[in-house]
Amino acid sequence: MRKRTIYSAKIRETEVTDKAVFRQRRSFIKQAAALGLTGSIAGGVSQAQAGTPLQGPIIKSPYSIDEEQTLKETATTYNNFYELGLNKGDPAKNQNWLKTEPWTVQVDGECSKPGTFNLEDILKPHAIEERIYRHRCVEAWSMVVPWNGFALGDLLKRFEPNGNAKYVAFTTLYDPDRLEGQRSRVLEWPYVEGLRIDEAMHPLAMIATGMYGEEIPAQNGAPMRLIVPWKYGFKGIKSIVKITFTEEQPPTSWNLSAPHEYGFFSNVNPQVNHPRWSQARERKLTGEAAGGLSALFTAKVDTLMFNGYADEVGSLYSDMDLAKYF
Amino acid sequence: MKPGWWIKPAVFTASLIPLCAVIWSVVNGTAGPNPIEAIEKQTGEWSLRFVLLSLAMTPMAQLFKSIWPIKLRRMVGLFAFFYVVVHLLAYVVLDQSMNLTYIFEDILKRPFITAGFVAFLIMVPLTVTSNKYMMNKLGKRWKVLHRTAYLVGVAGVLHYVWLAKGDQLEPLVYLAVLLVLLGYRMTGLIKGR
Ligand code: HEM
Repeated sequence: MRKRTIYSAKIRETEVTDKAVFRQRRSFIKQAAALGLTGSIAGGVSQAQAGTPLQGPIIKSPYSIDEEQTLKETATTYNNFYELGLNKGDPAKNQNWLKTEPWTVQVDGECSKPGTFNLEDILKPHAIEERIYRHRCVEAWSMVVPWNGFALGDLLKRFEPNGNAKYVAFTTLYDPDRLEGQRSRVLEWPYVEGLRIDEAMHPLAMIATGMYGEEIPAQNGAPMRLIVPWKYGFKGIKSIVKITFTEEQPPTSWNLSAPHEYGFFSNVNPQVNHPRWSQARERKLTGEAAGGLSALFTAKVDTLMFNGYADEVGSLYSDMDLAKYF
Repeated sequence: MKPGWWIKPAVFTASLIPLCAVIWSVVNGTAGPNPIEAIEKQTGEWSLRFVLLSLAMTPMAQLFKSIWPIKLRRMVGLFAFFYVVVHLLAYVVLDQSMNLTYIFEDILKRPFITAGFVAFLIMVPLTVTSNKYMMNKLGKRWKVLHRTAYLVGVAGVLHYVWLAKGDQLEPLVYLAVLLVLLGYRMTGLIKGR
């Protein structure tokens, strides 16, 4: 069963990080050696780890899980973000397609304080936490990622949603001139997602502005994205420019594209299979792949109901048939 | 030495390059953090390419008025089988950790796996009967049997179309190639070639 990381767990977390850094270095050394570059290893490491560290204190969240973290290198180079390219490696390569400055977020719909806000003003009041969540993709792989950010509900409450706000909808930046992926027809653009308001207000739902203690990179959804750990990863919409409170259930991108395969809720559920593949198990990607062969011989693990958050979120769906509302 | 003596060994060697590339990408890390998926995809795609290439050999011989495609046809077909065996091994040993329950469930319940499995099953007798001895022994029936290679193409393409998420372009390219080959074959049959 899933264990909570409480404050006293700090020491172990440091160990985890050290091990991760160690492994990352080791894989770099191997790669560098393969390329005959052993003379410049130090340079290689610092370059690949270059990210902008987050400013200010980071509070460790009690919601974190106690599992081996995925290497940063893995979590930032194996991405589904079709706006930046269709293959998993494309978003990291095409980072510069996403221009995050200036960034504004428009808030409208059923609330008393709508408006258009600069990113700074959106983020200013919120203390940044570290939450280590498992990220379960609908494609049956998962990663364990230390996200940095804050509870989505704390942000939404500031706009004072009214009694008609039954749902909240999110929209990704639409910029086909730069985001070349939006010129393809894989999905309808811009990408849209949504949550029921009680889901959105659940303390586990978060806005991430960083990961691994650094600013979130483009390929992971800079400058701010949604993380809903008990749902499949595609619910976690990236690069948000618009938040709308609605009375009706809003359209969501994958549901529009293939309604019989991707439901509005898309809760992680090992008992409800995707029509074309099983959701009962998942492949955990830790990141030893680069040079290490252990990733080849690691078996899949069982997928947990609500991705392991059944105790926390089960009550949101107590009277629903989850096979019907998948 | 006979003219063209080098063609067969050259094609043989070239056909092994994708395998080396797959192994190399896993060892040096460029296969990415999910090397099992990378191996499955690469070997699957190469198998399908060899299937389609083997189907293209007869038309090529006719178009270029050359005997060489016919001489190479068997080798190309055998490489299609070789890559699918690696593909299947990757799936059984690495992806499913040899758990037969999961494997049979997949074969029965997931249409895309069912299609791949059907394609594989058809390839087995084609491989077994690909030698001169079986060719002589089966006589006319050999030709009929080996026309089922088109079914391998159909099932293989279906397998790919059904598993693709979102981007359907690549599998549809394979489908288009298959349709062209089928169309050529059909008109040939009608004309009595
Ligand atoms: C023996 C039964 C087979 C099984 C169990 C099987 C299994 C799989 C699996 C699990 C994948 C998905 C990889 C992934 O995206 O994660 C896959 C992909 C694929 N397979 Fe198969 N397969 C079989 C036979 C075949 C055959 C006979 C062919 C070709 C003639 C083939 C061609 C492909 C292709 C083209 C892909 C897609 C590669 C890509 O996404 O780029 N497979 N197969």
